[in-house]
Amino acid sequence: MSTQPNRRAEPDLLYSEDEEALRAAVRDLLTDHCDAAGVIARVESDAPHDRELWKLLADGMGLAGLLVPEELGGQGATPREAAVVLEELGRFVAPVPYLTSAVVATEALLAADDGELLADLASGRRIGALAVALNVSAGTAYKVVRFEDGALHGELTGIADAAVADVLLVPADDGGLYAVDASAVTVTPQVSLDLTRPLAKVTLDGAPGRLLGDAEPAVRRALRAGAGLLASEQLGLAEWTLTETVRYLKERKQFNRPVGGFQALKHRLAQLWLEVVNLRAAARNAADQLATGGDDADLAVAVAQAFAAPVAVHAAEEALQLHGGIGMTWEHPVHLYLKRAKADSIAYGTAGAHRAALAELVDLQAP
Amino acid sequence: MTDAADLRRRTAELLAAHPPATTDKLDFLRARFDAGLAWVHYPEGLGGLGAPRSLQAVVDADLEAEGAPDNDPRRIGIGLGMAAPTILAYGTEEQKRRFLRPLWTGEEVWCQLFSEPGAGSDLAALGTRAVREGDGDWVVNGQKVWTSSAHVARWAILIARTDPDVPKHRGITYFICDMTDPGVEVRPLRQVTGEAEFNEVFITDVRIPDARRLGDVGDGWKVAQTTLNNERVAIGGMRLPREGGMIGPVARTWRERPELRTHDLHQRLLKLWVEAEAARLTAERLRQQLVAGQPGPEGAGMKLAFARLNQEISGLEVELRGEEGLLYDDWTMRRPELVDFVGRDAGYRYLRSKGNSIEGGTTEVLLNIVAERVLGLPGEPRTDKDVAWKDLAR
Repeated sequence: MSTQPNRRAEPDLLYSEDEEALRAAVRDLLTDHCDAAGVIARVESDAPHDRELWKLLADGMGLAGLLVPEELGGQGATPREAAVVLEELGRFVAPVPYLTSAVVATEALLAADDGELLADLASGRRIGALAVALNVSAGTAYKVVRFEDGALHGELTGIADAAVADVLLVPADDGGLYAVDASAVTVTPQVSLDLTRPLAKVTLDGAPGRLLGDAEPAVRRALRAGAGLLASEQLGLAEWTLTETVRYLKERKQFNRPVGGFQALKHRLAQLWLEVVNLRAAARNAADQLATGGDDADLAVAVAQAFAAPVAVHAAEEALQLHGGIGMTWEHPVHLYLKRAKADSIAYGTAGAHRAALAELVDLQAP
Repeated sequence: MTDAADLRRRTAELLAAHPPATTDKLDFLRARFDAGLAWVHYPEGLGGLGAPRSLQAVVDADLEAEGAPDNDPRRIGIGLGMAAPTILAYGTEEQKRRFLRPLWTGEEVWCQLFSEPGAGSDLAALGTRAVREGDGDWVVNGQKVWTSSAHVARWAILIARTDPDVPKHRGITYFICDMTDPGVEVRPLRQVTGEAEFNEVFITDVRIPDARRLGDVGDGWKVAQTTLNNERVAIGGMRLPREGGMIGPVARTWRERPELRTHDLHQRLLKLWVEAEAARLTAERLRQQLVAGQPGPEGAGMKLAFARLNQEISGLEVELRGEEGLLYDDWTMRRPELVDFVGRDAGYRYLRSKGNSIEGGTTEVLLNIVAERVLGLPGEPRTDKDVAWKDLAR
């Protein structure tokens, strides 16, 4: 039916009907199985991850294999669909290893072309984690372990979701990326700022590893996808904090008026809305460019990440402030969003790191 | 239903009958209007074919590819963006037939007599009076201000108070004013940039026939909403390339003049570059939504984003230029026909961009609109709602 002239490949920044259907399905499931009180209770336990929810998402809906080709048991979808899933997961600060396993580890395996492990991850039978610290951005240095006498030795910290991983993808000093069974290493949880995406220390003491391929291209691809799609998680998170704050300010009364009727607050919320609207365009652009493999993918990811983190953090900080005293309590979920937003602002590279990358990409060199 | 194939065929016929290379520009534009290819979503006989609005892009692309002349949309932006949709929505058949064709071809330029010295953001407080005479015509007296294009306009859309005894939003009526009437005096209003892009318009005993009233007597506020809503979505149709806005000149200066670079400016430039790109993508997303027939509320915010960005970017550019930033290109008082945000030097851009957060609705008013209409937050408390206009403090 479409007969638009296709003279220039502008990114498709809208959501398709299928994507909206996917969003609705994920949101329904999360609404039923991921309430804020449950997330708060869980993060205080020894098992912060919600394995039941992960099973529903991965097994029930097949989301773990969204980016995996159909012949390997996946859905053969694109980063556009994964971005929609991440928007919803961000909206619920869902404590599941979707970004780390179904996006980052999966992208590393796609680069390494390892069908067997991809099929495992796609089915949700196993959870994977790339053993690179969460703050590392694509194209920058990361820590590697020592490969000696056919085994791996060393200690890696800041590994997101390692606590639930069945297999770790470990870069070693011989330039290889190795698949290491979690049972062969020691995983020690670290006390994390974001309790819904906990970090861990991974100690390899002569752990056996299976060589997957060259680490460098796999890690680069994985971190780029992670950064680009993280913007969609940040979008979902920022949207929730804005929506929830608007809802609260319509109800909460002070000085005999709804607080949301005071211009000083209205303008802050309108400003926030504008930032979120811009973030949506930037995040969609990154997802679309990753999906189409366009020449602009690096640039789109850098723009999205340079823009997303300040917006998500601002949205969460405003939400806490505008909720007043209740926002400062442990029982109100806004702190989950603040912690996730702040951790996300470091994950896969800070805004500053992405701006530095951008300076090279668009030829705006430093002095 | 007119579909894309049909429009392509009609466009090809227009081009065959009026080859752009050998046809006078105005003749071509008139023929295009008469063929219904001016704005395809308008009714037949009024420049359109009643086709889906999204199909305009099909026509525009084919015409552009063949080098067809355009109607200089920047010069006649007020007519196209504001007057035309209002006339279409509220005009009589006679008004539509008289005004839309020369408006679209650019033969007649329009301006907008809305703002007044005492009624800018509080537009409904306006005091220009229109009094009905015995023969049914209206006699108008008052003063308007910030009127772009008044010095080149043939016609104006005008709102005036016709009933001071009712609350201010209810006593307004909407007219089409003849700018050649001897009672219309246009005086240049010199601005901070040194030039006079705007005007003051003094209206003294101007007679407007009742046949040039748009909409019912007392319904002017409702009619004006159509105008103002179209003013705010006009930006949504824009398609900007990367670095297409204010960020372009400063990025080029940065690349060409390494001796001007400092670390502080580098950080600020990159931050603004990212924000400009995000705003550009948002405008593109809005455009795609419109084409897909799903207009979103994003348009309400785009002007806010561009106003702030233009100001910050041009401010940075003046600093970047160092000693040159202390200079100005030209303070000559001129009366340009076009509004130009970008075409002159950094100093001009900096000063002109200050208007971006005032014109077309101040940033403060637009933030209220977003908060109330998009987010659904409570409105401002009002003391003027049920008071007759004549009893309001001024």
